[in-house]
Amino acid sequence: MSDHEGEFDKATGKTTTGHSWDGIKELNTPLPRWWVMTFYLTIVWAIGYWVVYPSWPLVQSYATGVMGYSSRADVAVDLANLEKIRGGKMAALGAAPLAEIEKDPALLALGRARGRVVFGDNCAPCHGTGAAGAKGFPNLNDDDWLWGGTLEQIEKTIQFGARSAHAESHEGSMLAFGRDGMLKKPEIETVANYVRSLSGLPTAKGYDANAGQKLFADNCASCHGDAGKGNPDMGAPNLTDNIWLYGSDEATIVETITNGRNGVMPAWIGRLDPATIKALTIYVHSLGGGQ
Amino acid sequence: MNKPVTPQEFDYGPLYAAQKKVYPQKVSGRYRNVKWALMAVCLGIYYLLPFVRWNRGPGAPDQAVLVDLPNSRFYFFFIELWPQEVYFFTGLLILAALTLFLMNAIGGRVWCGYLCPQTVWTDLFFAVERLIEGDRRERMKKEAEGLTLQRVVELTMKHSIWLLIAWWTGGAWVLYFNDAPTLVKELVTFQAPALAYIWIAILTATTYTLAGWMREQVCLYMCPWPRIQAALTDEWALNVTYKTDRGEQRTSLKKAAELRALGQPAGDCIDCHQCVNVCPVGIDIRNGLQMDCIQCGLCIDACDGVMTRIGRPTRLISYDTDINIARRKAGKPEIYRIIRPRTVAYVGMIVAVGAVMLYALLNRSLLDINVLHDRNPVAVRLSDGSIRNAYTVRLLNKRGAGRVVTLDVNGPVNATVHVVGMDAALSGWPEIVLGRDQTTELRVLVTAPAAINSEKSLLLVMRVTDAVHGDMASATDHFVAP
Repeated sequence: MSDHEGEFDKATGKTTTGHSWDGIKELNTPLPRWWVMTFYLTIVWAIGYWVVYPSWPLVQSYATGVMGYSSRADVAVDLANLEKIRGGKMAALGAAPLAEIEKDPALLALGRARGRVVFGDNCAPCHGTGAAGAKGFPNLNDDDWLWGGTLEQIEKTIQFGARSAHAESHEGSMLAFGRDGMLKKPEIETVANYVRSLSGLPTAKGYDANAGQKLFADNCASCHGDAGKGNPDMGAPNLTDNIWLYGSDEATIVETITNGRNGVMPAWIGRLDPATIKALTIYVHSLGGGQ
Repeated sequence: MNKPVTPQEFDYGPLYAAQKKVYPQKVSGRYRNVKWALMAVCLGIYYLLPFVRWNRGPGAPDQAVLVDLPNSRFYFFFIELWPQEVYFFTGLLILAALTLFLMNAIGGRVWCGYLCPQTVWTDLFFAVERLIEGDRRERMKKEAEGLTLQRVVELTMKHSIWLLIAWWTGGAWVLYFNDAPTLVKELVTFQAPALAYIWIAILTATTYTLAGWMREQVCLYMCPWPRIQAALTDEWALNVTYKTDRGEQRTSLKKAAELRALGQPAGDCIDCHQCVNVCPVGIDIRNGLQMDCIQCGLCIDACDGVMTRIGRPTRLISYDTDINIARRKAGKPEIYRIIRPRTVAYVGMIVAVGAVMLYALLNRSLLDINVLHDRNPVAVRLSDGSIRNAYTVRLLNKRGAGRVVTLDVNGPVNATVHVVGMDAALSGWPEIVLGRDQTTELRVLVTAPAAINSEKSLLLVMRVTDAVHGDMASATDHFVAP
């Protein structure tokens, strides 16, 4: 292209590039010098960057750079600083008995604030961000507790979980009465109607209440109690109240009795430190349903 | 048919004219004295105000003027403001703007000439320059001669003092954001937070650059006020004016004497250029009202000195109005009216805004309540069928002392109220202890029996009462069923 000579353009006082496309010529307007210099400077800068910061992948590892910088190490420093900023407040929370924490406004505020964050990070996937639960995952705002709603019981549930792999986990299972052949389909329907009657829900036409009661006493009362009030030691829900974990319609209850229910809550001890579990306990308890 | 059009060459002149160095000459007189006095007052207030103490009782900062960013509080003598009361600052800004307009309607660019920080610091920097390098003529001569050892020493001294003033300016700035005596100690012993040093460095740089190097360029190219001012001014406003009717035709002193002896008119201006030499923005006031002119009045002092020496009446350059220029030309007596629709309107607006602000300040509630209904879940059905709504309630105690308040809730019939972590008081409503000057967050649970009408949401009023001090605040929310 160098054989093209730029010609002077009178209107603008500039020369053209010398190219001509169908008679259209282009003014020669080079990039400003400062721009070009800045561009070269960024190249030089990049070389310095390679030397100082981790940049090039190697076969086994990577070039760490002369400063040995690592963003992961920065995170560790930040976390350590965070602990320093919190200044032992979490330690104070960890040392205080649960009942005391709720009485101390400062500790209660700290526990609730910390608990809310930890809940969002760890518990919300199952229990929901507001702990309102879902089918099979208990609502923690209400006053119905499978494994007990006192501070100590909530803490134990969070620590060890329910039907988790932990040795101290809550144990107790709802058997699959239908699937395992302990009850036949009509029997299940009868006892399901009886269970509905416990909490004042309407029953199906022609249902035999006496048979239902007998079936309940023979099969269910050992865990749910004679009156169906449940047992927090075994995670057996209260069948006389308005709160149903899986649903209160007949079909759902029949399904529950047929296949059993064994929801799992993981153990958090070891994954969360004791003070954090305490904060979480305070938060869950303060949602409103705590006993 | 379209004909090719020859491109036309437009030349509106450059939007920016390169800076011409100004060498203002020393001057003395009435306006110079006013400027010195105002400079002392302005700088005195700026540098010393952070050290003024104001007792607010135990636990509160005792600095009269303090912007407490970490605790988000602003203290001004007896006033303490919370972030949500930022509208007071809006009011102050409106007042400041109106005052500026009023100043302009009465005395032109009084702000620019005497009070603007750019003017005050530039004036101070000029004084330093003059002290070290000498007056206008010497400075111009030295600059033309190039670098000598003495010149290097002088320049080093000048810039060192400039930087020292600039550094002090930045230093005083950060004192408004922290307890001044403590911070001074920390700054000296290098214990102060890095942010303090960074801000001092930033303000040192801006002061040094703006007052030492950019000077009148700031007024000309960076400040919007000259342009706004030009649109706001009118023929009644006092402006520093060269009285053309008296000054023209400019003649030499000798020629003027000759003309007057012959009974012919002669201008008073002897074209001595003193008004130009003393001008800090480097203009010729005799060219009339200009945007560059900050109206500092120094040319009045310079001209008065000359007029006195040559035995002519002073105030050839003076604060004058367009109206009077026209009236003098028409042979009518001068008039000056300070009370006119424009000034009355400005004063009226200032009084109105001031009154509204004062009323708001005197009646600001020291107790407030904010209620936020839980959104997830909105309502909870309990095992006995009753319905519970949870609220986050924030109580604001703006008093300088702690107090006990009662929270009562007027909502669904037969509802029970419980504050998490608190026992109900004897009256049945929870009593809450509020710390001095802080917010307290509560979780309030309202439980209504299952029998309530759950079709629509019910109105709910939360009220917080301090019977001792007679303060009360309330907030409205709703109670909803699942």
